[in-house]
Amino acid sequence: MSGAALAAVPALFLAYFFAWPVARILLEGLRANGGWDTAAVPEVLGDPSVRRVVWFTAWQAALSTVLTLLVALPGAFVFARLRFRGRGLLRAVVTIPFVLPTVVVASAFLALAGPRGLIGERIDPRGSLWAILAAHVFFNYAVIVRTVGGLWSHLDPALEDAARSLGASRWRSFRELSWPLLRPAVVAASSITFLFTFTSFGVVVLLGGTRYQTLEVAILRATRDRLDLRTASVLALVQLLAVLSLLVVLGRTADRRSVRQRLLSASDAARRPSTRGERVFLAATLVTMAVLLGSPLAVLIERSLRTAGGYGLDSYRALTVAPSRSAALVQPADAIRNSLGFAFAASVIAVLVGGLAAAALARRGHSQGLLGIGLMLPLGTSAVTVGFGFLVALDRPVDLRASWWLVPLAHSLVAVPFVVRITLPVLRSIDPRLREAAGTLGASPSRVWREVDLPMLRRSMLVAAGFAFAISLGEFGATVLIARPDRPTVPIAIFRLLSQPGQSPFGEAMAMSVVLMVLTAAAILVIERLRTPGLGEF
Amino acid sequence: MTRRGIALLVLGVVLLAACGSSSRKANGETITLLTHDAFAITDSVLKSFERDTGVTVIISKGGDAGQVLNQAILTKASPTGDVLFGVDNTLLGRALDAGIFDPYRPGASGKLDPSLDLDPQQHRVTPVDFGPVCVDFDKRAFGGEGQPPVPATIEDLTKPAYKDQLVVENPATSSPGLAFLLATVRRYGEDGFLDYWRRLKANGVLVSDGWTQAYNEQFSAGGAGGKRSLVVSYATSPPADVLYATPSKTETDVGVVTDGCFQQVEFAGVLKGTKHQASARKLVDFLVSDAFQADIALNMFVYPALEGTKLPDAFTKYAVKPSQTLTIPPAEIASKRDTWIKDWTAAVIG
Repeated sequence: MSGAALAAVPALFLAYFFAWPVARILLEGLRANGGWDTAAVPEVLGDPSVRRVVWFTAWQAALSTVLTLLVALPGAFVFARLRFRGRGLLRAVVTIPFVLPTVVVASAFLALAGPRGLIGERIDPRGSLWAILAAHVFFNYAVIVRTVGGLWSHLDPALEDAARSLGASRWRSFRELSWPLLRPAVVAASSITFLFTFTSFGVVVLLGGTRYQTLEVAILRATRDRLDLRTASVLALVQLLAVLSLLVVLGRTADRRSVRQRLLSASDAARRPSTRGERVFLAATLVTMAVLLGSPLAVLIERSLRTAGGYGLDSYRALTVAPSRSAALVQPADAIRNSLGFAFAASVIAVLVGGLAAAALARRGHSQGLLGIGLMLPLGTSAVTVGFGFLVALDRPVDLRASWWLVPLAHSLVAVPFVVRITLPVLRSIDPRLREAAGTLGASPSRVWREVDLPMLRRSMLVAAGFAFAISLGEFGATVLIARPDRPTVPIAIFRLLSQPGQSPFGEAMAMSVVLMVLTAAAILVIERLRTPGLGEF
Repeated sequence: MTRRGIALLVLGVVLLAACGSSSRKANGETITLLTHDAFAITDSVLKSFERDTGVTVIISKGGDAGQVLNQAILTKASPTGDVLFGVDNTLLGRALDAGIFDPYRPGASGKLDPSLDLDPQQHRVTPVDFGPVCVDFDKRAFGGEGQPPVPATIEDLTKPAYKDQLVVENPATSSPGLAFLLATVRRYGEDGFLDYWRRLKANGVLVSDGWTQAYNEQFSAGGAGGKRSLVVSYATSPPADVLYATPSKTETDVGVVTDGCFQQVEFAGVLKGTKHQASARKLVDFLVSDAFQADIALNMFVYPALEGTKLPDAFTKYAVKPSQTLTIPPAEIASKRDTWIKDWTAAVIG
């Protein structure tokens, strides 16, 4: 199959499910009386409150990214290089925060340090910067660990061993050998973290109070609360342009820096910590993880078990009770079934579309091209804009808006960039001489793909599928606009429960959050099991 | 079978189960009611409507009233529902300007409180209920020995005795928040309301994004250990306080400052472009019928628009009905609200 044919499916997918809806909603805001509203951009950007939003969005994202890197790189090393008891389980546990609904994470942080928190009131209800940053690190820890650690575990440790035996210090061997090889993954992971925090929504809505607003939050408030489509469109354009230029710059840097290398196919790189230093490092990293990632999750579980008179399973039992009032409309347990169905469909779509796109991009060598940038754009576009775009634009040729597929399609849009980011570095690292050799020996292109590329890709594709599944389980921003009320997902059900008064809906929300956490962990554990080395037969 | 095969099979079964559950019986006509999250109805009341008319109703809750309306306006070329309930008088001007409703006058409209009808010429919307937005207080914090008296007016809230006690909702994101802002505009005038708010700010007013956060989390009688004894809420919050209490109680801790209340009226209308106009009209008839009107008070904690509706004792015993309320015509709200909110934001938050 030619590169163009490979690219056609993802390109069409993006055009209809992304470009068209987003263009429709932007045009609603930027056209007036049959012409272009040329004054919109200067007028909106001239507003000091809008400029404050833009500036805050940029610096909090930069700060969040740096903090996340500082905290998570040791974790990436630990998972890639050290073998210890419970490593597989912990790896999955570490990924859970990333896919938790933002509502739940914010509540967990409030439970920890809010007005009724365990450690006293540290979160100002009018908005707390440190809570936003802490939540961002909490969320994106896994991005660094999975992306950087993923590549790290493929690097041949023999390289560093050789350098060490030639007298290089551990630090020097890391700096001069591993770091250059890891740099593409670090750049990729940082750019994803930056994009996520730049477009951060749920966390900022819930912890930023009225004081802190990202572009995404400002777009939501302008569209949904004030119907000020003019401001919303300009802000959405600013966000798109910022993300686009960032992607172009990062794409160039990543291309220039990626190094073709031999990757190990199995995770033989890890070994038991051998020196005292390694053991101390491992212990310190695990403690950091426990405090940063563990404590909010622990509080969440504690709250799900709290009852009027102590502790018990009351909140969990309530999930299976059909609602007597019209308040919830569906039994909370039905939301779990909806979420699983949506997540399965979304991950299938995402792996198909993303896999084809990655293959097409790999053929093109090092130029990202329109497709590469287009594929990353959904990450940088406001979920609100996409959600409203779906509602405004997807009524023809067939009215998809009431369709079951609307939700998984939106979720896969969010997941595709991950699939590409996860599979593309591996595809790129495959030595083209292998393909050429296979071709010379008479293998057809499809056979080359099947027997050269696919075996090397398999692990990252499964990781990508797991990610897509988990992303879909936790997605909130777009779903809240497009999910039909009689078919809510788990995060939507949690959000609804949280907005009801009283202690028992709150307990149920916490219990559902724990259920979602367990589902996510299960999804990721299944993937971890599937990618266990030595099971080459599948 | 390989492990992957098993995993895929399991996931496939789950997917099929999910799809299967979403298919709906296609018996008679099905219409969709777009409404806000606070909408509630007794199941049996809704069922009897469905039984009597053969119409199945899907209740689609899309956030707060403003969000539901804005979504309806954005999708007006191809509406996602047939009837919209919950647009209030603070939003009505926007709804009528956008032309999302088809005129319809239900048979019972003559029996509705005439002061609530804000579209008397064209009948694009029908009033369904009303409720005063007022400042509520925690009875335990006032009037006792060494405690300040219950505030008599909203002007009192700027006095040192009530410093750091008031929590309000952001009018940009909350409908009671907007209602209270409009009350201050009516009371102090367009030239004076910002000055009032600056005095409130100097007296430590706290701004929450929404009613739930303000009432449930910040208000000291909201049940979650909040620290503030004054909150912008509803004159009908006291019965809700009693009815939602666990363990149950017979007296409420919530009182109502009856000065400076803003009258909120909620409307329903048939959405333009519906493919089920006859059924949609039946649903509007139902919303102002005796059965639904009698069901409103204890489900949504507002007063029914249908005159002579018998209110349940549990409601009348605790609810407060201020003798005077403030209001502003919908057209004026529609043309000035954004300016007022912007000025308010600059004065109070910015």
